[in-house]
Amino acid sequence: MKIAVLLRRVPDTTAKIAIGADGVSIAEAGVKFVPNPYDEYALEAAIALKDAAGAGETIVVALGPDVVQETLRTALAMGIDRAIHLQGAASTDGLANARVLAEHLGPLGCDAILCGKLAVDDYGQQTGAMVAELLELPCATAVSKLEVSGGRATVEREVEGGVEQASCALPAVFTCDKGLNNPRLPSLKGIMAAKKKPLDIVPVTVGEAQSSVVSLALPPERAAGRIVGEGAAAVPALVQLLTSEAKVL
Amino acid sequence: MAAILAVLEQRQGALRKGAAELIAAALQVAGVSGDTVDVLICGNGAVSGADALGAAGADRVLTASHADFTNYCPDGIVATVASIAANYRAIFIAATSTGKDLAPRVAARLGSSCAMDVTSVAAAGAKVRVVRPVYAGKALQTVDLAGTPVVAVRPGSYPAAAIAKAGMVESVAVPSFSRRLEVSGIRAPEKATLDVAEARVVVSGGRGLGDPKHFALLEELAAAFGGEAAIGASRAVVDAGWIEHGAQVGQTGKTVAPELYFAIGISGAVQHLAGMRTAKVIVAINRDKDAPIFKVADFGIVGDLFEVVPALTAAIAQAKAH
Ligand SMILES: Cc1cc2nc3c(=O)[nH]c(=O)nc-3n(C[C@H](O)[C@H](O)[C@H](O)COP(=O)(O)OP(=O)(O)OC[C@H]3O[C@@H](n4cnc5c(N)ncnc54)[C@H](O)[C@@H]3O)c2cc1C
Ligand SMILES: Nc1ncnc2c1ncn2[C@@H]1O[C@H](COP(=O)(O)O)[C@@H](O)[C@H]1O
Repeated sequence: MKIAVLLRRVPDTTAKIAIGADGVSIAEAGVKFVPNPYDEYALEAAIALKDAAGAGETIVVALGPDVVQETLRTALAMGIDRAIHLQGAASTDGLANARVLAEHLGPLGCDAILCGKLAVDDYGQQTGAMVAELLELPCATAVSKLEVSGGRATVEREVEGGVEQASCALPAVFTCDKGLNNPRLPSLKGIMAAKKKPLDIVPVTVGEAQSSVVSLALPPERAAGRIVGEGAAAVPALVQLLTSEAKVL
Repeated sequence: MAAILAVLEQRQGALRKGAAELIAAALQVAGVSGDTVDVLICGNGAVSGADALGAAGADRVLTASHADFTNYCPDGIVATVASIAANYRAIFIAATSTGKDLAPRVAARLGSSCAMDVTSVAAAGAKVRVVRPVYAGKALQTVDLAGTPVVAVRPGSYPAAAIAKAGMVESVAVPSFSRRLEVSGIRAPEKATLDVAEARVVVSGGRGLGDPKHFALLEELAAAFGGEAAIGASRAVVDAGWIEHGAQVGQTGKTVAPELYFAIGISGAVQHLAGMRTAKVIVAINRDKDAPIFKVADFGIVGDLFEVVPALTAAIAQAKAH
């Protein structure tokens, strides 16, 4: 089975966010970058699918500046076979990026393309479904269960009030949610092996976009919270506030 | 005069909640420019609730019926939206789990931008200007969308409006499409519970509960709200297996925006806040007065939850009885 995984480099989720001088992006100084947490589920799933098939190839693909090569190496250290760096500045527009990704994924002829449900930086939540649409492939998003047999995939995804079940033929695109698996950590052996695995660099140019970021701002502080009191004695005052001030009862 | 299309969600022939809110969001753009708002419902046969949409501000109610539309059918809905999209300046979709699946597919088909989890929307000349939380809610991004953008509005962002319009029902043909994804149905959870993402009140518990059996305390508090409250949880207790993942609120769980959110025995880690900071009113109960949750809570009680929660349950039940 031939499987591609789309990987994005994002700030660590515990990082403190400050607005950059341009007013539309974050200040990157001092911020630690990691593979997008949801992409780790995709990487793990890809390795598991290939292992289950007994043969095939896993390829990790990232679009971005040269620093993404470090993130790609992390994926290789986990056990992915080879990497492709689509070298160029990514857009803030999901479709503009998806077009470049789809253009380079198409010729690979994969049985499955896996990506994260969302990137924890831009919360775009769109790349996978867009790539699928552009390649005219079936797509299931936010899957927390993925089984492949006989050229078909069955998936489960959480929806309001239950778990939706679906199936499709391969090749297809899947975006991965928490619960799909427990991503492995790179082993020391894996880290050594990763240095020798192929990492191809393909220069790309991301095209024009129809969306533009006007500004990025810190959210307004929630009005300073109020400690109503201590222990059960504070309950009547709380209920009073919820009733007459907040009017939510 | 252009128009806005709001694509509504149905399940098994019944309109999902949130339709009126989505129309209200579309009216934020349409209201200024005098645009009309049409809604599209893709179902298999009649969909209950469609006749009430005029009262919520819909000029026209377009219905597209197809045998494949009993369950969610993204490929068919995308084809249907694409067949009428040229008439519209923007497509609005609720950012539910289904809407988030649909929105980027529609955008890619139209060659448009897609803005997800939008919490505020306005007209900006010919463009649509949206605000959306990014970086797990640690920043707000303002984006201008040209073309025919797809705007996925986070549920709870706009209250339903009472701007009565004609709500004229018209049917729309479903173009031929290839059904690449086959949804077979939705498996209900073992016990029927209200979903945290949909409830007006969310009562969430964390590690401070000490033991999974103590969720019973929260269930009693939720019950005092008479069917309006759902049980939520922090990741710590979901990972510990105390409660199912569907209850998890936060960055790797659900994003909720209820009117009232209780964080009980939850410290308030950034990843938890990412999922609930847009709640209208946040109440925290924690025995540690320095817990970060108190920084975002509107109202806090410092104390032992085992003492405070039962007292609160009794007081809410009493207040509700009046
Ligand atoms: C990539 C990533 C994603 C994550 N995603 C999520 C997510 O989606 N959602 C999420 O919630 N977390 C998430 N986390 C985990 C998060 O960082 C915290 O570890 C988690 O939220 C802590 O859960 P908690 O508040 O229940 O536990 P704790 O932090 O242990 O807090 C327990 C609290 O209970 C209080 N307490 C104890 N006993 C009592 C008592 N008797 N009465 C009153 N108060 C009491 C304590 O004072 C303490 O404040 C994520 C972490 C990472 C790294
Ligand atoms: N620049 C990129 N390079 C490779 N994959 C990406 C890139 N951006 C997004 N993705 C993939 O798309 C998923 C969803 O991203 P987003 O649509 O931005 O939330 C991520 O989890 C990645 O798998």
